[in-house]
Amino acid sequence: MAPGKKGRILKIEGRGAVKKRIVDMGVVPGVEVEVERYAPLGDPIEIKVKGYHLSLRKEDASKIMIELLH
Amino acid sequence: MITRKITVALAGNPNSGKTTVFNNLTGARQHVGNYPGVTVEKKAGLCKHGAFEINVVDLPGTYSLTAYSVEEMVARDFIIKDKPDIVVDIIDASNLERNLYLAVQFMELGVPLILVFNMSDLARSRGIEFDLKKLSELLGSPIVPMVAQKNRGTPALLDTIVAMADGKIHFKPVRINYGREIEKELDHLEQLLGDKKYHHHKYHPRWLALKLLEDDRQIKELVNAPEILEAVNRSAMHLEKIFGDHPEIIISDKRYGFISGACQETVRSTVQARYTSSDLVDAVVTNRLLGFPIFLGLMYLVFQLTFTLGEAPMHWIERFFSWLSGQISFLWPAATTSPLKSLLVDGIIGGVGGVIVFLPNILLLFLAIALLEDSGYMARAAFIMDRLMHKIGLHGKSFIPMLIGFGCSVPAVMATRMLENKRDRLTTMLIIPLMSCGARLPIYALIIPAFFPRVWHGPMLWIIYLIGIVLAVLAARVLRSTLFKGLSAPFVMELPPYRVPTLKGILIHMWERGWLYLKKAGTVILGISIVLWAMTSYPRKEVYDTDYDTMMTRAEDNYYSAVIKLNSRLGLPPEATLIKQALQAEMTTARKQARFYSRDREYREAERFKDSIVVGLENTPEGGILSEFLEVRDMVTRARNTFDNAVNEGRLKPDAPAYLLLKSNLNITLAEIEYKQPQIYRGVVTYMDSAWIPYEKTVKEINRQKQGEALTASVAGRIGHFLEPVLRPMGFDWRIGTALIGAFAAKEVFVAQMGIVFSVGDDEDGPEALRDKLRKNYTPLVAFCIMLFMLISMPCLATLAVVRRESNSWKWALFQLGGLTLLAFLITMLVYQAGRFLGIG
Repeated sequence: MAPGKKGRILKIEGRGAVKKRIVDMGVVPGVEVEVERYAPLGDPIEIKVKGYHLSLRKEDASKIMIELLH
Repeated sequence: MITRKITVALAGNPNSGKTTVFNNLTGARQHVGNYPGVTVEKKAGLCKHGAFEINVVDLPGTYSLTAYSVEEMVARDFIIKDKPDIVVDIIDASNLERNLYLAVQFMELGVPLILVFNMSDLARSRGIEFDLKKLSELLGSPIVPMVAQKNRGTPALLDTIVAMADGKIHFKPVRINYGREIEKELDHLEQLLGDKKYHHHKYHPRWLALKLLEDDRQIKELVNAPEILEAVNRSAMHLEKIFGDHPEIIISDKRYGFISGACQETVRSTVQARYTSSDLVDAVVTNRLLGFPIFLGLMYLVFQLTFTLGEAPMHWIERFFSWLSGQISFLWPAATTSPLKSLLVDGIIGGVGGVIVFLPNILLLFLAIALLEDSGYMARAAFIMDRLMHKIGLHGKSFIPMLIGFGCSVPAVMATRMLENKRDRLTTMLIIPLMSCGARLPIYALIIPAFFPRVWHGPMLWIIYLIGIVLAVLAARVLRSTLFKGLSAPFVMELPPYRVPTLKGILIHMWERGWLYLKKAGTVILGISIVLWAMTSYPRKEVYDTDYDTMMTRAEDNYYSAVIKLNSRLGLPPEATLIKQALQAEMTTARKQARFYSRDREYREAERFKDSIVVGLENTPEGGILSEFLEVRDMVTRARNTFDNAVNEGRLKPDAPAYLLLKSNLNITLAEIEYKQPQIYRGVVTYMDSAWIPYEKTVKEINRQKQGEALTASVAGRIGHFLEPVLRPMGFDWRIGTALIGAFAAKEVFVAQMGIVFSVGDDEDGPEALRDKLRKNYTPLVAFCIMLFMLISMPCLATLAVVRRESNSWKWALFQLGGLTLLAFLITMLVYQAGRFLGIG
């Protein structure tokens, strides 16, 4: 997903600490997310969710299933 | 008036301004400790309001209350077990929904809760409007608006706390409705848990049921009843079938649903989302091209701030302690062998000085870290570095302590505090000594020029540093895949908006770190310093193998025969002995006086006796020449001493302008003396060059040999000898072994200790004399092995003490000590043996 793209979360795959942490941070189905940027070395990425900025590794972000908006 | 004591727990998300609220409430009346059994820091402080004495406990900053992180477990355990009277949850009002998520979990725990809407000014400027009254009703808790950074709203918070403790405000915990399906399962589990058999009086059955459905490890272990866990499994499977996801996710989702619902009714955003200034800063600072250079530039500044700015105060501290030991030495006659003096001057003052000397570095480093952290940049630094650090199994933030390690391991280990995950922290802490610290530089600076051609000086140093880095990376990987196995900290990190740090917050932070260092690490360092002092001083050598007295007499004979040769230069008959007699009287007197205090009768008597001899000699026919000689000698000595002291004090190098100025002043003074009494002056110069200076040198040499013999006989020397069979495979002899023991106090001591065992000073001859000895005794291969061993082996005792303090156990400190020393032994041995096999050195 390229920076600037927005999407709505459908489901988060996997199970365990990382997933629970992501969900606790407000990344839950139905919420809108926007990819802000990639780190200079290409990983991790920064997303905007519920009005704040969150960074996560691409590996973890790939578990978040979204539908693209616009 | 009777004061009532209550406990208030301060909770909140990281970056919600919790620490600022805590500082506002308690000021400097804080104390820092650890939660039992874990490395999470516990901060508490007192404040008084009305008839209440409020004990404020700062809980670790968390986003949730799961059992996945130590911080979250500590926070919820404190609330369940210590039962604070009130929980104050600090909420970043500009980021309401995520902050309320934690608040909702406190409500579920059923604790009296006050919500503080911090940064309400920022929220308003972003166009967010709250209906606080209605929101407060929906959430069942009082809400206090606050701007902690400007210390606004603190009195209102205190009033609310007191009113709640007095029972004037009622707290009605809201019960979140998780929807029909989940509620049905919850009811079922609650009923099972309500049974007396499983009764845990500290826990609410509904909360337990909820946590069990959330698959909470800690609660599952607590309940530990197969029939209940079976029921939980059944419920979870049932829910999973209905919702198509795990229950813990559904529950989180429902909580966010409840929060969204409450906010929709009470929060209105009047301005469309727009770019904030924080976003603009980020566009530059985390930019693909600029991000790295900016990061490296800032790291360079941190390093410079810590070590360059710290250099001057460190120099002052060193000078203060050397002045102090000078003052204390005056309490004894100069020739004393008092063990108490040695303990005070070499053991205690040396030890205390060794502790305090790090303080400027630590304070400055934590100033830099507090600035990076409070401004919000630290999260960006981790964002930029994470990919690289993740490759070696560490967190993005580990980079900063490792970088600081090139300066000094002590502050570097303290800097690991900013890593939240215990495994990351311990791994980073353990590998930090492999970053070659500044104290090891003098060792390389001594050895490299002694053994390697000039063109190799730079590359050699670079190779040593590189070996350290490569080993650190390998060690991190090994530790991460063995001892600290398991998932690395989930890199799910908030990038908080940039903020201007508050001066008060930064000062409190610096003070806290400095104090912790002095109190916890300082005492250990001092203790071990004294032990090391004893090891290098005892047992004392009473009878020496070499006859130093005869050597002394011989040196004296040479001195006096050189004095007799002066006669012709001064215009005296060749066989005249009056100068010799006067100098002899001076020497005998000085030796006698060294055994007494200047206030003693014997001291003054000796002085008078000498004066009478000199006056007697001066009254002989040639006495005029003697008094002129003594006068000129004193003038020349004074001028030379003034020059030497100024050069030493300012640590001036021969090409410094100040040095040249002093040198020309000295020459002018000497020329004036020469102009007045040319013949006597030249006689004095000859006396200095051919008699006095060689004599002084010989005496020093003899004393050093004596010291060397004493060190050999001390515990450290004996250990050195004892270790020789172990050191041999690395190419080391007992002398290196003895110096290694001294180097444990501080790495740079190695150079001085080598000087003592080889009986050469590093003062006036410079390090060249020692380099000569090294060249004669060791091969370049051994020299390289020394550097290698010093790089890898045991960290210095200050590091050991700080690791103990930061890891909260001796286990890790000793593991590091043993592990690194073993690693050093193996690698050095391998290199030495391979080198020998290949015929190098």
